[in-house]
Amino acid sequence: MLHIYCPHCDEHREEEEFRSKGEAHIARPPEPESASDEDWGNYLFFRKNPRGLHHEQWFHAVGCRKFFNVTRDTVSYEILETYKPGQQPVVTAESRNGSASDKGAAK
Amino acid sequence: MSDVATFNAHPAVAVQAESPLAISRITVATLTSAQGAGVCVREHALLGHLILRGRAADEGFRAGVEVALGLPLPLKMGPVSRDAERGVSVQWMSPDEWLIVVPQGEDYATEARLREALSGHYAVMQVSGAQTVLELSGPSALAVLMKSAGYDFHPRNFPVGKGVSTTLAKSTAVIRRVGEAQWELIIRRSFADYLYRWLLDASEEYGVFVAR
Repeated sequence: MLHIYCPHCDEHREEEEFRSKGEAHIARPPEPESASDEDWGNYLFFRKNPRGLHHEQWFHAVGCRKFFNVTRDTVSYEILETYKPGQQPVVTAESRNGSASDKGAAK
Repeated sequence: MSDVATFNAHPAVAVQAESPLAISRITVATLTSAQGAGVCVREHALLGHLILRGRAADEGFRAGVEVALGLPLPLKMGPVSRDAERGVSVQWMSPDEWLIVVPQGEDYATEARLREALSGHYAVMQVSGAQTVLELSGPSALAVLMKSAGYDFHPRNFPVGKGVSTTLAKSTAVIRRVGEAQWELIIRRSFADYLYRWLLDASEEYGVFVAR
């Protein structure tokens, strides 16, 4: 069982209380009428399926019934952070690799 | 006062009202008195339940609720605002949603007071018929909850006065700790029979008394 921190309830809860709702930060094309079919199709249907770091939406179905975002490692299932909708993740692929590349730059 | 049409669910003439547990059959062995019972189960039927929606950041909204209910609006998950003497409580359900429980028959007047005191973007919903309140008390009430739900009921995490919405016996419930060995479960009408019988079954081994 995952132990998930709900940023609205400010508490860790059992996985049973939550539903996973897929990829987070999907931006709707600002002008749907003028968006190309490819852009609209990508917005509606195409989702990332990364091996490793993934930003996801989760729903606290049994608790506060609010959405929030989770940064999760899809290999280890480790939850690296949770944050409210509208906020940006602190842990990203860049920030994770950033420390490694920094070391590389120091050499 | 808003121009929303409201409806008094309590008719002027007395009619027979039944709790959602009116048809429940008790199939476990129960004790005849609370003396020596590990768990005491009591239903507080037909109370007034209201759902309040609004913006917690709006000072006027918070002040209006306090005027209408005489209780401060809880602004985070956990602590339940309660006036035990008047039988009124307010619980944070979500960042923009609160559950108000008032004594039987007072829901319509409470709704009117809220609509009088509030203005702008808010909503009050009458949900009295949708849920009922079960009280669990006794030295083994904690054990019954611990084996029925995944939530951490240890006093360290669940002090007296706290209330949460969580899973209970594959269903859901709002669970509040009223006293050291006294708990309040607010359960949905459609799950009331199932949860009631689950709790009685789970309590049987400690000796259960059903108070009426």
